[in-house]
Amino acid sequence: MSVNRRDFLKIVSMSTILSIGGVASVSSLKDQVEASQISKSPAALTAKRWAMVVDMSKFTSEADYQRCIDACHRAHNVPHITDNPKHEVKWMWTETYEHAFPGNEDAYRAEKFQHMPFLMLCNHCENPPCVRVCPTQATFKRKSDGIVMMDMHRCIGCRFCMAGCPYGARSFNFKNPRPFIDESKENPEFPTRMKGVVEKCTLCYERLAKGLQPACVEVSNGALIFGDIEDPNSAVRKVLSERFTIRRKPELGTGPSVYYII
Amino acid sequence: MLEKAIYGGRRYWVWIFFLLGLISVGFLAYLYQFKNGLGVTGMSRDVSWGLYIGQFTFLVGVAASGVMVVLPYYLHDYKKFGRLTILGEFLAIAAVIMCMLFIFVDLGQPLRVLNVILHPTFNSVMFYDMIVLSGYLFLNLLIGWTVLGAERKEVAPPKWVKPLIILSIAWAPSIHTVTAFLYAGIPGRHFWLTAILAARFLASAFAGGPALLIILALIVRKYTKFDPGKEAIQSLGKIVTYCMLINVFFLGLELFTAFYSQIPGHMYSFIYLYAGLHGYSQLVPIMWVSSILAAVAVFMLVFPQIRKNESLLAIACIATFFSLWIDKGFGLVVGGFVPNPFERITEYWPTIPEALITLAVWAIGFLVLTILYKIAVSIKEEVVFDKYGERQIKAE
Repeated sequence: MSVNRRDFLKIVSMSTILSIGGVASVSSLKDQVEASQISKSPAALTAKRWAMVVDMSKFTSEADYQRCIDACHRAHNVPHITDNPKHEVKWMWTETYEHAFPGNEDAYRAEKFQHMPFLMLCNHCENPPCVRVCPTQATFKRKSDGIVMMDMHRCIGCRFCMAGCPYGARSFNFKNPRPFIDESKENPEFPTRMKGVVEKCTLCYERLAKGLQPACVEVSNGALIFGDIEDPNSAVRKVLSERFTIRRKPELGTGPSVYYII
Repeated sequence: MLEKAIYGGRRYWVWIFFLLGLISVGFLAYLYQFKNGLGVTGMSRDVSWGLYIGQFTFLVGVAASGVMVVLPYYLHDYKKFGRLTILGEFLAIAAVIMCMLFIFVDLGQPLRVLNVILHPTFNSVMFYDMIVLSGYLFLNLLIGWTVLGAERKEVAPPKWVKPLIILSIAWAPSIHTVTAFLYAGIPGRHFWLTAILAARFLASAFAGGPALLIILALIVRKYTKFDPGKEAIQSLGKIVTYCMLINVFFLGLELFTAFYSQIPGHMYSFIYLYAGLHGYSQLVPIMWVSSILAAVAVFMLVFPQIRKNESLLAIACIATFFSLWIDKGFGLVVGGFVPNPFERITEYWPTIPEALITLAVWAIGFLVLTILYKIAVSIKEEVVFDKYGERQIKAE
């Protein structure tokens, strides 16, 4: 088949016009398609901004902490890496007071507070530095409810967010995490990760969507109070208005959403 | 002009194959890292950036420092730098290529690197860093190649290249400023959270980069018929001197603020780096090596009698270069992560695969540099034949 110059130009110009039109119509369709894919279940728990209050007085034994940590790590297939502490992956863990609140040390504070273990997790900041620094929006603050989310399929593993987070809440998969997940305890409903991506607590967005409380809250026997901080009638607001609470490093202006009652 | 790179003597080819050897070893180490993940490096949950990002930071400075010869030549008509400009521009090209490679080898998911372009994020400093670095690479390639090509044909460079040169002069400080902003805008990392960081970066870059350029110019003169010029090297020596003094001064400012204010968070990283903290002191020896080298360099540079002796100037430049290489290419990054946000300490030291990959990236940089310098020098040898280049200076 031979094409003369005139016909060739015709074909090129027509296909250009068509493809520009095509891109425009596809991109307008895309929003609708995405919207219909993630339409909410009527049972879903919703909030303007989720927050959590950790009532330390209700953590009386090692088992109380471990129950929450295990529930979280099991629900999200968090690998249990013990061969090298440098490669540890954790979404929820404990730190003693002096390490959880550095700069607030006081040599004369009662011994039980000094070394009291505090439950640590991502603070789901109102103004998250990790989101600010991420070059691909792989970590982003969900507009609907303020959860700081993590797209492990988009993450390029640059670890800028780990430098950015002042709470040490982020873990990087320094190696393939799958061999470190106990198969008998694996949750088939939550994806496992691959090496080279960052992960952290996502406030159980997948459970909230089904109308369930976060896994740690569910097993905490009331030690973790969860709710909408922008709703004046919510459980968290009620506690915050009655009890003295502290947050980690509020002076940095990140607006952490996890509160502690000592 | 590329054909000049395939004609060379025995020494040239031995050097090329030596570099290729280093690159092959490093490539194998990279395959190992690619397969097993970044766990093969010394990095950790607490020290999540290490040698790779340190080298990247240091080399952005080397790239930016090309402006120190381009600016006096084009803006102040300082003719003596006429033969150094091409060496400066080509050094910048090799340095930017190394920067990009160091970022690439540091990625956990390197195959997704294009996500940075696919999902441009205007609030991330890394996005701007990508733009300024690739822009700077493009500018230097275009300018260097065009000017050299014109020189080869013994004609004046085309007019359109001048505005691009002015742009590249303004662009150079931007690449290092943006790189400093990667660190200086992070809340909760006291060591980096300092307004003077970008200024410090520029000062150390404009000392370390020209120091390397002096060493390279001396090597070029020793092994080829092309002489970048005795006076040009001396002028560059003055630039190294002033910038090194400013750099030491800036470091002093940091130390004053940290230790006079006595705010623990501001002091901890410095204490860790120079004295050790809570019994952890792995970096103390190399940080003192850096400090001693800096002191030696400053002493040798400030006295004109010493500086005017080219062999001593070379030693001072080597001391400057390695002092800054340790300080910025290693201490700066690791120091920012120690202690961690819980004021606990995890130490960092690179592993063998990590060192081999780092060495290979440097080898790639030197390979690019060697090829570019070979082309430049071959053309310069044809154009300027006499030892001290009087002919070229008179002609201009």
